[in-house]
This record gives sequence, structure tokens and C-alpha cells, in this order.
Amino acid sequence: MSRTLEPTAPGSGSEKTLRVAQRSALRKFMTRPEVGSLVGAVIVFSVFFTIADPFRTGAALATILYASSTIGIMAVAVALLMIGGEFDLSAGVAVIASGLTASMFAWYFSVNVWVGAAAALVVSLTIGFLNGWLLVRTKLPSFLVTLAMFLMLQGLNIAITKLVTGQVSTTNISDMDGFESARAVFASSFSVMGVDVRITVVWWMVFVGLATWVLMRTRVGNWIYAVGGNQESARAVGVPVAKVKIGLFMTVGFFAWFSGMHLLFMFNTVQSGEGVGNELLYIMAAVVGGCLLTGGYGTVVGAAIGAFIYGMTRQGIVYAGWDNNWVFFFVGAMLLLAVVVNGWVRTQANKR
Amino acid sequence: MTSAKATPQASAGAGAQTAPLLELDGIGKSFGNIRALTDIGLKVGAGEVTCILGDNGAGKSTLIKIIAGLYRPTAGRYLVDGGEVDFSSPRHALDRGIATVYQDLAIVPLMPVWRNFFLGSELRRGVGPFRMLDAARMRRIADEELKKMGIDLPDIDAPVGNLSGGQRQVVAIARAVYFGARVLILDEPTAALGVKQSGVVLKYINAARDAGLGVIFITHNPHHAFLVGDHFVIIKLGRMELDRPRAELTLDDLTHHMAGGAELDALQHELKRGGAPEVAPLHDAGDEGPDVRRL
Repeated sequence: MSRTLEPTAPGSGSEKTLRVAQRSALRKFMTRPEVGSLVGAVIVFSVFFTIADPFRTGAALATILYASSTIGIMAVAVALLMIGGEFDLSAGVAVIASGLTASMFAWYFSVNVWVGAAAALVVSLTIGFLNGWLLVRTKLPSFLVTLAMFLMLQGLNIAITKLVTGQVSTTNISDMDGFESARAVFASSFSVMGVDVRITVVWWMVFVGLATWVLMRTRVGNWIYAVGGNQESARAVGVPVAKVKIGLFMTVGFFAWFSGMHLLFMFNTVQSGEGVGNELLYIMAAVVGGCLLTGGYGTVVGAAIGAFIYGMTRQGIVYAGWDNNWVFFFVGAMLLLAVVVNGWVRTQANKR
Repeated sequence: MTSAKATPQASAGAGAQTAPLLELDGIGKSFGNIRALTDIGLKVGAGEVTCILGDNGAGKSTLIKIIAGLYRPTAGRYLVDGGEVDFSSPRHALDRGIATVYQDLAIVPLMPVWRNFFLGSELRRGVGPFRMLDAARMRRIADEELKKMGIDLPDIDAPVGNLSGGQRQVVAIARAVYFGARVLILDEPTAALGVKQSGVVLKYINAARDAGLGVIFITHNPHHAFLVGDHFVIIKLGRMELDRPRAELTLDDLTHHMAGGAELDALQHELKRGGAPEVAPLHDAGDEGPDVRRL
């Protein structure tokens, strides 16, 4: 129901015409959160395109996209969560926890791997729910809640794997029922003009598109921005803040499941000690892409560009024949640069 | 309009035929051993502006939060349309047509104006899982509603954080009215505004009343209150010190009460010498301390 009032206020002589000049289209474009990362991506691409011959091939691009997608898929969910004003430090080990669950469940009970995958999905969503629920109930910062979850999961991953398999990695499940179809979904590749492209690249694009649509065009998306931008205001106008936050953590859980399934069906086994540090790469991708650490600002497309920068840097250094240890130096430098540029562009563009 | 005696809680509506939109009866709120509010009675009818005045810490904010559904009262009854209610969230209050415009305006500075305008009550089109925001319609309506209030924004997509204080206030009020508020609670809407912008807000309060809304106007400025109010309540230390309709009150009375009222009378009596001191200069409750000493 709605009601409108008759015009009452004075000064209908437009203040706009008197005081405000139209912003140029360029200015408008410059206020987009992902501008900084776009500039960064172009620079990184140009640099490696110039210095590394192998970088210029289609196969190299496919490899870069694959490397980007492994980080990028999780970065989609982490970006949504950051726009909603929270972190998830447990995201990296949650991916491994999911892969371990699927593998060991299917192996231990000798069931179809899809049953294992379903069990892993339940576990992943539960981890996400617990993160969100603890955050909402205790009102502790997400840094603490998810740090605790990160440490607990890391311990559980190794301890339970040792209990079940007697080793630190899971048993090879490639000969089990349903493995082929699961691999087709999570870890296959297909040929485009003679270049092998991993299916995760396609999933990544799909997820980015879907998340962008949700964020920009649905009510939930509006709520995510509101919850991250000003939680109290959002609550006051009737946004279900707790549900949104828990939902965001569960979204991270879902994507952790997806990434875990990719790992499992790509490599047949999962190392229980892996995943540590990846959560920071996801956050890095989101921040490079223009998400504010304080929430309420950013886009999923930006996070995708952030992940792409990571993929280019990682593979570009290999193609350039440099020592692989330089990767993190450049990723770190890129992060610093992107944050500074993003902040600067934002203040410049908002000046009227 | 409800008629009332000068005593608190006795705001019995002698002339009211129908139940008031909103009624508080003996409302109290304690936080542990602190009694923030005691025995508050209030009636708000359609087309009526009730002004709640009080010093800082008097309990105004607690009262608003109870009315808005953020707090539950620990004593007394809260009635809407004559029926007792127990709001557990602001959403419930909103659903009953009780909308609050907070001092912090409940806006999200980083979000565009139109998204703020429709936040929590988004317009959607499409069906099932593909229901999505009707952005074009929301932009248009937000722009139209703001233009009616004399605010013509250069860019409805600009973040609200870029607007001036008065413009933000108007966005928040226009939003509440548009969404079918029957009772509009305004928490110190003129506190941070200049003269002209305060005027715009006060005119809009008038317009809202003429449109048949019940308005609860919280302020500590008796001049602003007297310009638009039909009924005046002064809260002091969590209790109602004054509860009177406009007909039984003058601006001087109101200012006098706000400035300390009964205590000042006693003090005046004590300090009496020669001619009676003026009480009129005591405009602002904030100056109560120094003024008393100067007397």
C-alpha cells in the first residue's frame, strides 16, 4: 500500500539546474568499484604479454583462466560475504573439509561418490550455517568466529582423515561408482578451437553472472548491500539481518563444497593439510576487485577480475621463466596497489 | 483530538469516538535496576501531531524504541487501533503502519537514493525464483516523491551519503509516508538542520497531518514543537511532567516547562526580590544549568 502527498515544499524551482552540472559518462564509469582492478588487469596482462612469449598463446590463456577459476569460484562467495560486511577465514580449509568428507564418506561406506558428495554438501552448508549462527548469536566479529572455525576445521581435517584412512590423505576413489559422471561435472575439460578449457572456467562465469544478477537485480542483493553498509539501519527498515548473514555464510559453504568437489574429482585424492592460506587469496581477489573491508561496497565482477589478476600473475611468472617464489610478492604488491588506486579513484570520482 | 487533564496517565479521551491509532497505557521500561521510563500514557489520533519534548536522557529515545518495536516495554499496555500489541521487531510495527524516522535516519550511506528509499519494501516484478527488482519503477517513484518535497536530485543513483543533512531527512520522511505510514514517529528531525531546512521538515509534518497521519514529533525545541503540535507531552527523568492539548497551553508555558518548569518556580520564589524575573529567555533546555545560576 502506498500513499502520496500533494506537493507542499517550496523551492520547486529546481536546485539541480542551479547547482549541479551533469556528470560525464566517464565520471560515472569511474565511480564503479571495479575500475581499479580493471586497470590493474590491463597492466598485468600487457606486462606479461610483452615479456613472455608463451603467454600469448590460446593454451596459455586457458591455463590462466583455469588458475583464476580455482580462486575465482570461491571469490564469488567471499565477495558477497564481504559486501555483506563479514569475513570468512575458514573458507580455505572448508574447501578441503568438503573434499575429505565426500571422499571418505563414499569410501568408508562403499557408496556411490554422489552420495559422498551429498554428504559433503550437508557438511559444508552446516559449517557455513554454524559460522553465521555463531556470529549472529555471540555478536563477535567474524574475524574471531571464523578464525576459531578455521583452526578447528584444520585440526579436524587431519585428525579425522588419520582416524579413517590411517594416512594424511584420502584413498584414491577413481574406481568407485559415479566417479566418471562426477568428474564430468566438476573437473572435466572440453576443446574450444583446439584449446583445452577446464569446465571450472565455465562454472566460474556462470557463478559470477548469477551472483551479479542476485546482487544487482534482486531483493536479497539489496539486503546484502544494506546489511554490509549499515546493519542497524537495515534492521530498522525491516531487513532480516540475521538471515542474510547466515545465508551469506552458507553461500560460502556451498561454494566451498563446489571447490572441494573440483579438487577431489580432479586429483582423485585430497591432502588433509592443504587449503591453509587460500582464504586470504579469496579475500585478496575480492579486495583487489573493489570490495571494501568494511562492507557495503563492491561487486562480484570486481572479485572475478581480482581472481583473473591472480591467475595471470601466477601463470605469467611461470611463462616468463622466473622463480615461482616471486608469485606471492607480485600478488601482494598488486593488492597494495589496487587498494590504493581503488580508494583514490573513488574519492576523485565522487567529487562533484 | 483527545482532551486531557494536566495529570499524567489520565489522557482519557473524553471526546474520542473511535479508538486512537496508537495508545500507550502505563508503559514502563527498566534496564536492570535502572528505570528508564515509568508510567507513560499517550494517545495519537489520526490527523494529530503529538509532540514529545524532553531533555537529553529524559527517556525519549527509549520511548521511541518501544513504539517502533525495537524494545518491549516491561510494564503497561501498548494498543494499536484499540487492540493490544506486542511487537517483537520493527517489521511488525511497520506492518501495522507505525513508521519511525530515526535520528540516524536508518539509511545506508553507500547505497543509491532509490535503493535506500525502497530498502526493506522493494518493488519486484516477475514470478517465482526469477522475481527481480523493478529498478526503473523504483527510480521513477523515488524521484517523484522527492520532487514533491522540493528536492530535485541530480542523480537518483548517487549514494545517499552524498546528500545534505536536510535532504537525507526528507528522503527518510518521504519514504515512511510513501509506505503507508499511519503513525509517523520523527526522532528529532530538526536537530541538525538549518533554519530553512527545518522549515521544510516542519511543513512536511503539517502535510502529513493534513493527509490524516498521526505524527509523533520528538524534539527538544519548543518553538518547533509549538509551530505544528496539537498535543504536548514533556518527559522528565522517565516520567511525564506535562500532558496537555494545544488549547490549554501557550508557547511561554511550553518553553517554561522545558526550561525546568516547577523547579524554576520554586527557585524563583526562593530568590525573589523586587520584580519577578523573566522566564521567557529560557529558550533551550540545554542552557538550564547556567541560566538557573544566573537567575
